[in-house]
Amino acid sequence: MLLVEDKQIVVPGEILAEGDYHSGRGTFKEEDKVCSSLVGLVAVRDKKISVIPLQSKYIPKRGDVVIGEVTDIRFSMWNLDINSPYSGILPAAEVFGKEKRELNRAFNVGDVLFLRVVDVDEVKKVKLGLKGRGLGKFRGGILINITPTKVPRLIGKKGSMINMIKDQTRCEVVVGQNGVVWVKGKPEMERVVQKVVKTIENEAHTSGLTDRIRDMLLELLGEKTEKTTEQQENKEEDEFEEKLIQ
Amino acid sequence: MIIILTSRLIGDSNKGSLITSGTKKRPDGRAFDELRPLKIEAGVLERADGSSYVEIGDNKVLAAVYGPRELHVRRLLKPNMAILRCRYNMAPFSVEDRKRPGPDRRSVEISKITAEALNPAVFLEKFPRSTIDISIEVLQAEGGTRCAGITAASVALADAGIPMRDMVAACAAGKADGQVVMDLSEWEDKEGEADLPIAMMPRTGDITLLQMDGHLTSDEFEKALDLAIKGCKIISEEQKNAIKNRYGD
Repeated sequence: MLLVEDKQIVVPGEILAEGDYHSGRGTFKEEDKVCSSLVGLVAVRDKKISVIPLQSKYIPKRGDVVIGEVTDIRFSMWNLDINSPYSGILPAAEVFGKEKRELNRAFNVGDVLFLRVVDVDEVKKVKLGLKGRGLGKFRGGILINITPTKVPRLIGKKGSMINMIKDQTRCEVVVGQNGVVWVKGKPEMERVVQKVVKTIENEAHTSGLTDRIRDMLLELLGEKTEKTTEQQENKEEDEFEEKLIQ
Repeated sequence: MIIILTSRLIGDSNKGSLITSGTKKRPDGRAFDELRPLKIEAGVLERADGSSYVEIGDNKVLAAVYGPRELHVRRLLKPNMAILRCRYNMAPFSVEDRKRPGPDRRSVEISKITAEALNPAVFLEKFPRSTIDISIEVLQAEGGTRCAGITAASVALADAGIPMRDMVAACAAGKADGQVVMDLSEWEDKEGEADLPIAMMPRTGDITLLQMDGHLTSDEFEKALDLAIKGCKIISEEQKNAIKNRYGD
């Protein structure tokens, strides 16, 4: 027997269903009752009930692409903050191969990198890598932090939301699955993107969001184009610095 | 003459109710099973991962949660689960005479029992090698701050998106002026015969904290425990509303 509706807000300990139901993400089973363990929205798929959290920390998973900041350089690896309870390590071998080079020549403390999670072991040691398309160091731009569970909303169906933002503001936008967003464009456009991304984060649990964001973008950009009509020719800059290893 | 007579009559009837029914009014005019006015708000602080503000009577308590986050104190780390650390602190202006700032015996005890009251509710095993830090600030105290602190902390944990089996609610009961009552005020706590603060998970009925000071007979204890549980259930409803209100329902 289902006790809640789809997309209803629930709190920890709330009983979602009794009897023949499976417990999905954000829920747990006690005897024959499925209970929520989080504050979030209910998602019912057939007999499986999950709760999508409204607020969470990023837990690294193998294969994710994340944005991290170098916090420390050790003998043969970099330590990175990936906006998670667990810091990541980037072994020198991932960058240089068998070659031996000084680590601080490649990346220094404070550099922002786009990485892939290569492996997470049972004690949550997070190994990162740079092998893949588009991975590497970011030059300039700004970073925006959002709750990781709202990343799918920011990207939208098949990238509809993120592509709309990119097209309208002519900014480069890269979203990491750890909830870090990198934006580069004209400074005033970066601010527009920041505003829009924060709005998406705050209203992620409401429906009809894409249309409202489109209106918001047009409104914000309307003001901007009046002010800066002369600087319309955009200098497209490289998306990322090329990988340093080559 | 007549006036004296009536006042004596009223006095007599009061005494009678004390012995027989046990439901005389309390100093603040509450019934024996009535809570003080309660207000809970979630997500009041911008910088913390989760936060809440609780007012119960004249108690004003703020709770903030950080984490789960990395812990650098190696000896405290647990390889298979997160640890829960709690700090309860009373502001110097929270009581009538200025409280000397800094931890004292009482606040160390309350920090410990708060962490222990919340521990069974949190899925700590989901975050190995990390820590969850809770900070409870009492801005104004009027009896029952430990219960208010636990109530606030569990709302803040839920607000931080930390998975839990249930939201812990806490409420005290006790005996004051010869009567077993719910949710003791400062006066009832100081002048009364006994104080029994409890914390519980209302869904399962598990009690995660039970302390008592003073004297109660076993019948009175049973009665006080029932009252405290009833109080917890009312508070728990208010906690749920606070979380749901945060997301504009």
